[in-house]
Amino acid sequence: MNATLKNTALFGIIALLILYVGFEQSWNSALLIIAMGLISSIMALGVNLQWGFAGLFNVGIMGFVALGGLAAVLVGMPPTEGAFAAGGFGVIGALVLGALTIFATILVMRRMAAGWRRSLVVIVILVAGFFLFRALLDPSVERIESINPAETGYLGGLGLPVLLAWPVGGLFAAGAAWIIGKTALGLRSDYLAIATLGIAEIIIAVLKNEDWLSRGVKNVIGVPRPVPYEIDLQNSPAFVERAAGFGFNAVEASTLWVKVLYIALFAIVLVVLMWMSQRALHSPWGRMLRAIRDNEVAAEAMGKDVTARHLQVFILGSAICGIAGAMMTTMDSQLTPGTYQPLRFTFLVWVMVIVGGSGNNFGAVLGGFLIWFLWVQVEPMGFWLMNLITSGMDLHSPLRAHLLESASHMRLLTMGLVLLLVLRFSPRGLIPEK
Amino acid sequence: MDLLNALIAFLNYVFVPGVAYGSQLALGALGVTLVYGILRFSNFAHGDTMAMGAMSAVLLTWLFQSWGLSLGPLPTALLALPFAIGLTILLLLGTDRVVYRFYREKKAKPVILVIVSLGVTFIYNGITRFIIGADDQNFLDGERFIISAREFKAATGLDEGLSFKTTQGITIVTAIIVVALLFWFLNRTRAGKSMRAYSDNEDLALLSGINPERVVMITWMIVAGLATIAGVLYGLDKTFKPFTYFQLLLPIFASAIVGGLGNPLGAIAGGFVIAFSEVTITYAWKKILVYLMPESLEPSGLVQLLSTDYKFAVSFVILLIVLLFKPTGLFKGQSV
Repeated sequence: MNATLKNTALFGIIALLILYVGFEQSWNSALLIIAMGLISSIMALGVNLQWGFAGLFNVGIMGFVALGGLAAVLVGMPPTEGAFAAGGFGVIGALVLGALTIFATILVMRRMAAGWRRSLVVIVILVAGFFLFRALLDPSVERIESINPAETGYLGGLGLPVLLAWPVGGLFAAGAAWIIGKTALGLRSDYLAIATLGIAEIIIAVLKNEDWLSRGVKNVIGVPRPVPYEIDLQNSPAFVERAAGFGFNAVEASTLWVKVLYIALFAIVLVVLMWMSQRALHSPWGRMLRAIRDNEVAAEAMGKDVTARHLQVFILGSAICGIAGAMMTTMDSQLTPGTYQPLRFTFLVWVMVIVGGSGNNFGAVLGGFLIWFLWVQVEPMGFWLMNLITSGMDLHSPLRAHLLESASHMRLLTMGLVLLLVLRFSPRGLIPEK
Repeated sequence: MDLLNALIAFLNYVFVPGVAYGSQLALGALGVTLVYGILRFSNFAHGDTMAMGAMSAVLLTWLFQSWGLSLGPLPTALLALPFAIGLTILLLLGTDRVVYRFYREKKAKPVILVIVSLGVTFIYNGITRFIIGADDQNFLDGERFIISAREFKAATGLDEGLSFKTTQGITIVTAIIVVALLFWFLNRTRAGKSMRAYSDNEDLALLSGINPERVVMITWMIVAGLATIAGVLYGLDKTFKPFTYFQLLLPIFASAIVGGLGNPLGAIAGGFVIAFSEVTITYAWKKILVYLMPESLEPSGLVQLLSTDYKFAVSFVILLIVLLFKPTGLFKGQSV
């Protein structure tokens, strides 16, 4: 069996699985699996760029995804009435001041000779900058958050079409990646892992606590959509008629149609990114990256700038994760910082890349669909398994109740096992790198 | 001006919690740094090893409590600790046998081992939640305070009270004993010396007839002990919740890196640096400043540099600064 046939068969199996869900459960769940599978594939493509091409270990995917989500809010939501006048300039001024402080510190570090004089100047600049920053930020934040806190209490967005948020989300993530990459790349590989782990936690902490920016745990709901609303479709006679022509009732048809539109949008993004990734893989740049990955010392001896290439690919990969994050928030049409968990957004994407086949873009896409499918279906399977195990037990035994209750934690265990088994027995993944 | 009250407030809210937290971090960071020094990878599963160890202690404590066993004023958890350490040793040796040994024999790159340890993290996490659930569990009993704020006020007549919790006392005493034992072991015993030799230069150690598998086994046993003790102390002092142990990874790694990865002494110093930075930066200093400043100059706000929600940001920023300026850490660690 040649490789093409095998790969087609693998994708065919995924298609069959989804069809099975469509016939056995509901078409809505099947379409949702496709839509989230597309988003997962895009995240996996980003991570594959970092890990598969360049061997960089990023454990902060969650943070970059969340930044993309923030972009969807900041671009798509309408501005809060009066919030900008109340404190917008203060907040922006404070942020600019903060950036200037750091810039000034870097300048001093570069220009002045090392010694106690430089240390003193740096400390003075940082302390003064921090207090000025807080003095400017705090009152503005208070004013913004006092504007109708039950419904808004934040700056709001720009009210632009939400599709614009997707590239912006990529830019946000790229910015964060630049900061991390500048510090941690060029050191040993573990440091990048720890630094990304940290930045992800901090981004989530900021989203949870800075109410003026993202409403914190009060969540932003009702992010505008790039596709029509179900209720509008149901009220449109033309749509109802067409749905009836296909034998659907209006409610079901509208929910399905909205998902189909999302899937079309996501598929366009995936195809574009996929085309770019394939081009990158086969370009001299891609070969250089793999050369660096396989033997850093030799590549450096050939005059390749290892740290610069690593920084480049780290930023690109993170940007792709940011785009996926913006897409996901757009589809959910809400930003809920409390739901970002490292398991769901960092670890799961890693499992996708490793299982699919690191270094192979098609592998990443396959892994994205397969693991997302498992992720959705493992919970019902876990309950089924637990019911089977406990079926012989006394109905009122506490052990049985405990086992049934704990079935939802099976996901962690299953995903961990899948990762370890694949790494051990098939480290190249389902579709190996050529 | 009221220096004495200010000093007591400082001790009560900053110093004592800082020392207790620092001891917990130091014990955690010692485990990370030992794995790094001997097995040469960053063990992401360490946080969840702590959770597993603490969970065994919680379950055993409940068992002992149901038997009516207790240590009087001390928490029953101390009685459960040795048994919990035993269970954790079995767990880690089992994990090493099933998971890590394969990659060690293949001489896999460190980054592969890091990914593997991430997989182990989630398996441990899943098992912990599967057995004990994801919620808070209370397993503290015995006397709550060595010195309670009210008694202190009554005894000294000061406005500020100083409270010293039993758990804080136990944390500090245990940490001192454990660290002393560890350094005695590393510096004085044959097994400890072979560990240090293996960490310094693997090939030379092999040539001088040191059995690497034995070194690795001893390392895992020590790491299991350190992780369980750190996990139980943290759980007693704050609360036992599986997810918090995953979040502790960041301050623990920051401590180990600040001190210099692979350097045990550095891990201890790093733990205290991180703990005190976290406590001082997220503490609202108003209470202390009120005593120190004349009334006209009293601060209007809380004088809190960062809200406590950002305590992870503190360890992260310190980590970044160390990586930027001194990637090998304060005490010279290994850099591979």
